[in-house]
Parts: sequence; structure tokens; C-alpha cells
Amino acid sequence: MNKEANYLKIHQLNKSFEQFTALEDVSINIQKGEFVCFLGPSGCGKTTLLRCIAGLETQSSGTILQDNRLISRLPTSKRDFGIVFQSYALFPNLSCFENIAYGLKNQRWSKYAVSTRVEELLELIGLSSHAKKYPSQLSGGEQQRVALARALATSPSLLLLDEPLSALDAKVRVYLRQELKNLHRRLGLTTIMVTHDQEEALSIADRIFVMKDGRIMQSGSPEEIYANPDNPFVANFIGMTNFLEGIVKGPMQLDIMGKIIAFDCKSFHEGEKVKVAIRPEAIEFTQSSKKEDGFSGNVVEIEFLGSFRRIHIETSLMPNELMIVDKPILEKSKKKIKIGSELNINISSNFLNIYKKDK
Amino acid sequence: MNIFGVISEKIALDQSDKIGKVLVYIYLLLFFCFLILPLIALMSKSMQNSDGEFIGLANFAIYLKEPALFSSFFNSLFVAVISTVIVVILGFLYAFALQCTCIPLKGFFRLIALVPLLSPSILAAIALVYWFGNQGILKSMLMGNSIYGPIGIIMASVYWTFPHALMILSTSLSLSDARLYEASEVLKASKLKTFLTVTVPGAKYGIISTTFVVFTQVFTDFGVPKVIGGNYNVLATDIYREVVGMQNFQMGAVISIVLLIPALLAFAMDQYSRKKQTAQLTSRAVVYSPKPDKLRDTILLIYCLIITVYVVMMIGMAQFGALVKFWPYNLSLTLEHYNFEVAGLGWNSFFNSIRMSLYTAFFGTIIIFIGSYIIEKMRSDKKMRDVLQLIALMPMAIPGIVLGLSYIFFFNMADNPLNFMYATMSILVVNTVVHFYTVSHLSSITAIKKLDPEFESVSLSLKVPVYKMFVRVTLPVCLPTVFDIFIYLFCNAMTTVSGVIFLYSYNTTLASVSSIHLDEQGDVAGAAAMAMLIVYISFLVRGIHSLISVSVLKRTQAWRNI
Repeated sequence: MNKEANYLKIHQLNKSFEQFTALEDVSINIQKGEFVCFLGPSGCGKTTLLRCIAGLETQSSGTILQDNRLISRLPTSKRDFGIVFQSYALFPNLSCFENIAYGLKNQRWSKYAVSTRVEELLELIGLSSHAKKYPSQLSGGEQQRVALARALATSPSLLLLDEPLSALDAKVRVYLRQELKNLHRRLGLTTIMVTHDQEEALSIADRIFVMKDGRIMQSGSPEEIYANPDNPFVANFIGMTNFLEGIVKGPMQLDIMGKIIAFDCKSFHEGEKVKVAIRPEAIEFTQSSKKEDGFSGNVVEIEFLGSFRRIHIETSLMPNELMIVDKPILEKSKKKIKIGSELNINISSNFLNIYKKDK
Repeated sequence: MNIFGVISEKIALDQSDKIGKVLVYIYLLLFFCFLILPLIALMSKSMQNSDGEFIGLANFAIYLKEPALFSSFFNSLFVAVISTVIVVILGFLYAFALQCTCIPLKGFFRLIALVPLLSPSILAAIALVYWFGNQGILKSMLMGNSIYGPIGIIMASVYWTFPHALMILSTSLSLSDARLYEASEVLKASKLKTFLTVTVPGAKYGIISTTFVVFTQVFTDFGVPKVIGGNYNVLATDIYREVVGMQNFQMGAVISIVLLIPALLAFAMDQYSRKKQTAQLTSRAVVYSPKPDKLRDTILLIYCLIITVYVVMMIGMAQFGALVKFWPYNLSLTLEHYNFEVAGLGWNSFFNSIRMSLYTAFFGTIIIFIGSYIIEKMRSDKKMRDVLQLIALMPMAIPGIVLGLSYIFFFNMADNPLNFMYATMSILVVNTVVHFYTVSHLSSITAIKKLDPEFESVSLSLKVPVYKMFVRVTLPVCLPTVFDIFIYLFCNAMTTVSGVIFLYSYNTTLASVSSIHLDEQGDVAGAAAMAMLIVYISFLVRGIHSLISVSVLKRTQAWRNI
């Protein structure tokens, strides 16, 4: 990785509240122009990390460099960023225009310059006709865009988004995340977004940092993270995963309940018990009636989820849980799948990952 | 993960943080000078002999051995308990009529019940003298009992504490959840059962809070027992007599502490019960809107009319008494009682009162609002802000007469650098602001808490200092509350007696105090006239307030009603 390109460098950042460790040894690099998501369940420290970058929270130790400038000890007002909060925090007594102009007025811009810039931004977010309206007159999505315009007004070189879409309806959320992505493409602004919504993160980010208990569990592109989760947590948090038991039989041999699959097991030693993770869409049903060819299972539940069906299967492969298999609605299957159907299950090395057992 | 997280020393402070930090210490210093140190002065005075030597608790021993003094304690307790019981019951029924029934004229009844807030507490006492006094027209109704004593104190106390009780109780009843009423109806509970199992328990904390507030108000009140107590001594009048009559400051201090302890206890219990009260009105609650019920509505309408008559009787008689030539022998009307006979008091004190009230309202509002903003929104010095919050609650627990007396002890000390304030307008203003600090502080905190907690963060991220945002956003958004605080302070400063009775000087006499002095000198008509002047000005200022509210708030709060 080109060192010069690392725009934001966070080095061994720690943050603890009185009893609680919010961030533990977080070190990440973000490149200029990247769209990055901090993703994790609530309480994982993602918002704290964002607030440390903004100077709204002070790290217990560690450093943050922005554009080769040490910012971790600077007060908020000396840092260079724009921020959008989940609540938007629009000033209720100021119109959209005044909200967006808020930061500009203080920078001694001329009245003309301010209004030109605000109009430009209103156009960017497509709300030119709403300039005189108060926030309470706007819909949630419109308020969100005004908050974004306000954050962009002073042309910061870093944009921080703290769960900006969480307060919106599902449809608006999907629409606005595309808008955010487009805006990012047009402006090329380094952007960090905090979210707990994995779908949102997968759809929007160039790179995702998955967090848990104040630590970075994995970072990578959405595809990387989905296809090759580093650990069971990530495997389970991003998308659905079935966990099976397995034993390593050789460098290229994995034994799942007696069936040997060709799989790269070089980082594990022979005889080691491992956790095998397999995605619901990677599981195949076979027609073969020969038992030794695969495993069998009984359908207990079928959820209709629009474009696909989620089939819950009771099988000896997963003695404690139901196996989940997703099948596209349009996929042709010769045998009709119903509750109670007995199916043959075939596990292949596609979308398969193995992990060390915790216990 | 909020803005108030622990800030370690390492980060450089924003300019806004620095200003906040300085302000926190200024507020601590102010409270120290104008609340803590005077109270310490009072306590040390109670443990001194007349030569100023420390004698431990000897004064308290004398106090306990003196039955004449000690009996006042039980007198105070007696009138306070009886008044509290009456006011809580009357106030609850009235609030119930306003919130949970379909009686007509609710707005009028609410207004009438709040009228006593505009008058000094002594007004009712004066009116009672006209009604039931030695020459009162209804004297026979007391069946040989004298109005000068517990009966008069209780009747007048009920009058002036009623609106306080009503405000708390209405609020707690207005929070009732319609779903509970529906559930009760579905379960086929009778109306009485619904009232006893839904309405009353729902208002439980309101009732508890009212009990403590009214008890403290009556227990510590000075004006009413002074005017109508006759020979029935209570703690507050004892303090006054010891200090002003006998110049026995030490004993005044001792009685002050005796008065302070139950007030502090009541305050602590109230705080404790408030803490247990969790948000009753959850976001899913449905606001209760009552259905008509002929019998209930008729009874309560009659009840409200009776209360209205009582209020009108008090204020009407005070006005009548002020206009009558020579009660009860010559009932022709005259304005001569407004020509206050006693030189030096009279109209000067009226204008002094207006000045004092304006200063109090103006400076008090600024100080209280900024103070609560700092406590609520500052990022650093969390511990210091907690201390500040605790101190800001204290004035509520301290009776006005105790605060006034401690001010004398403190500011009259020859080597006190603040001695210059003694006997000036400034000491009256400071005393009054401190005396009424807590209620305004709490309403200010409530208003500020409603603001989005990220406003400050947004402003800082846009490089706009927080003080600029305070002026552009916080203040305009909170303007209705700010106006309310102003008017609250003004009306209380106009009507207060107990806080300032020790602190005025020849040049700074006040209307409420003059009224008491006029009464003391036997000029009851003059006292009534003076008390009525206070009512006029309070009405006037309230009127101006609502006019301003309509026009200014319409302009600045346009965003609210869209």
C-alpha cells in the first residue's frame, strides 16, 4: 500500500470509560477519497471511534493523523471535517438556507458568496425550492440531505456520517444510500460512515471495518468480507452463516461428518477440530438417492422472502440448530420442496470457510 | 457515548470549552459567596454568645428549655400539616375537574385559581381581617373563635398555596394514559373504582410532591402569621421578634436552624420521591380525554364555583377594604388610603419594589439560564458541574426568612469585602434571585434538555464557537421558557416578604414589607391598598408579558407551529 495515500492514520487508539473499554488498540489507515464504513453491533465502539476522529471524544491513548497532521490532541474546532448525526441536529429555528449557511457566516464570507454557495449546495441535494422552509416542514429524508449540505458547506476534506440513514423509512434509506454513493463519486470526498446495518455497509462502502467490543475484527472490501470472513463473528454478522463441525484430515482434506471435501487446510494441523462456516446460498440439494453421496435433512420451515425462499432444515450436520438454505424463487427444482420433504444436501468448497474452535 | 464523556487532560480545549470552564468556576464562586458562606455565617452565629464567643450548642439548650419558644415549633407544624391536608384535597379535586371532566369554563377556572400567585401572601390575611376580624362582617360564623390565630393562618395559607398545588397536580393528572382508563372500562370497573385505582395512583407522585411543597411553604411562611397570627406564635414570627424586637441575633439564628431542618427534610424526601418517578407518559401513551358525565360534572362545576367565590372574596375584600373610608363605620369610597400616611414608606416603596423586581427578573433570568446551560451542555469539569447542579437545588430548601437572616450575618460583618452591598438595592436583588433560583433553574434545565445534544458538536465542527450558537439557536429556541422565568421572578420579587424583611434599608423599602408595617401600625386599609398595588402591577406585567409573547414569540417561534 502506498504510504502517501494514507490520508487518515489511526494508530493504537484506546478509549476507556470508567469501567468500560470502548476502543481497544484500534489501528487503521484510510486512503484519500475512500468511502469507509465502521460496521458493528451496538456498543461495539464504532461511534466512539468516529467521535474520537471528530474530537468530540478524547482517546485514552493513541494517535490520529489526518493528512500527515497530528490531530488527536486538537480540539474539535481545529480539525477539518464535516459531520452528519443520526438525529441530523438541524437548528429548528433556522431555515434550510440558514442551516446550510451557518458555518459559512462565521468565516466572514460575503453575503453574495454565502448565498451562491448555499444555492449550489441546495441544488446538489435537490432541494432548491425548499430554501426558506424550516426543518420541521421537511420529511426525514429531506432533513437528512440538508444536514449533509450543512456539513459539506465549508468544504471539509473529511466527511463523517454517524448512522445517517438509521432514522429513515426502509425505502428512503435505500434511495438515499445510492444518493450518498453518487455524491461521493462526484465529490471524491474521503468519507467515514458508522452503521449497524450490514446491507447498507455492503452496498455503499469501498471498504468495511467490522468492529466488535472495541476492536477491529476485519477490514476489507464488501466482497472480501462476505466471501472470506476472518472469523466466525464476521461470518455470522455479515449475512447468514451455517456453522458445522469439521476435522482437518490433511493439507487439502477436510472431514465434515465423515465426508471428505477437498479444501485448503494448510494453516491447521492434522486432526484439529474446526468450525466450518457455509453460506445459505452455497448449499445444494442433490437428486441422488445414494446416501453416501451427501447428507439428508428434513424441511421444517419455509420462509418466503420475495426473491428467494429461506428453507430451514433439520439435519444431523447441525445437531443443535436448523440449517438455513436460501434458494432463488426462479431456480428450477425438479422436486417440489415442501415442509416435511426429505432432501439430500451437498456441501462443496464454495463459500466455505474454516475457523479454529474457541473452546 | 455522549458529549459528557470523560475528557482526559491531554486534549487541547476549544475556546468554547475554555469559556465554559471559566464560567463554571465563576458560578461556583457566586454560589459560594451568596449562598454557602451566608449559611455558614448563620450556623456559626447560632453557636456564639452575644459577645461572639463560641459556646457550642448552649443556645440550642436554652431554646429547648424555653417552653414559649419551643411551643412555636408545634404551632408551625400544626398549621402546616392542617393547611397541607386541606390544600392537597382541594387542589386535587380542582385539578381533577380541570383535567378529567367536561365542565365548562375550564380556562376561566384555571385563571381564577392562579390569581393568588399575583398577590402577596399577606393579601389573604388582610382580607380575612375584614371578613372575620374583630369588626368583620362574618365574624359570627366563627362561633366565638378568633380569626387571629391558627384559623386565620390556615385560611390565608390555603389561599396563597392553592395555585402552587394546582400547578403540580394538574401536570401530573394531565399525564394520565387513556389506555388505562379504557382498560378499566373494559374490565367493567365502576367510575369510583376507576378514580381510585387509575386516577389517584397515576397522580401519586404529584400528590407527594405537592404535600412537601405546600408543607414547606406554610411551615416557613412569615407574612401570613405576622398579619393574622395574633398571639399564636410560629417559628418564622419568632425569628423576626428575636432579631428585630429583641436584637437577640443568636436566638434568631438558633430558631432559623430549627426552621431549616424540617424544610430540608421535606426537600430531601421530595427529591427522593421524584427520583423514583420514572417517565409515566411513555411515547406510546395516549392522552386521556374525558367523556361527559352529568352528575360528576355538575358537582365539580359547583365545587369550582365555590373555590372561585373564595378567591374573589379574598381579593375583592382586599380591594374593597383599600377603598373604604373607615371600615366598618363609613363605607363610602375613597382613594385616601393610597396616600400612604407613613412618610418614607408609601409610594417610594412601591417604586423600589418595581425596580427591585425588574433587576431581579432581568439579571436573574440571564444568570439562571446561562447557568443551567453550562450545567447541561458543557463538556469538561463534570464533577464541578455536578456540584453546581446540587447547589442550584439548595435554595428551594431554604426558607426565605432564614436566607434573609443569614445575609445579614454575612454581609454585615465589618471585615467582609462584600460589606458594601449591605443595605443597598443589590443585596435585595441578589437575595431574591437566590431565593427563587431553583424553580426557574429546573424549568430552564427542562427546556435545554429538549435540545438536540449534538447542536454543540455540529457548531464546533463548522468552526462556530458555542457562544455564538447559544445566541443564534439555544436562546431563540428557549425564548418561551426565558420569558416564563422572567415573569416568575418578577411576580415573586414583587410579592416576597420573608426573604427581604431583614434586608431593606430606609432607602430601599419595599411594597410588600410596607404593607406589613402599615398593618403593624394598625392601618389595615393602607396595608390592603399597598397589597393591591402589588396585584395591579403583577397583573399589568402579566398582561404585557402575554402581549409580548403573542407578538415576539409569533415571530421567533414561527418554526414551531408549522
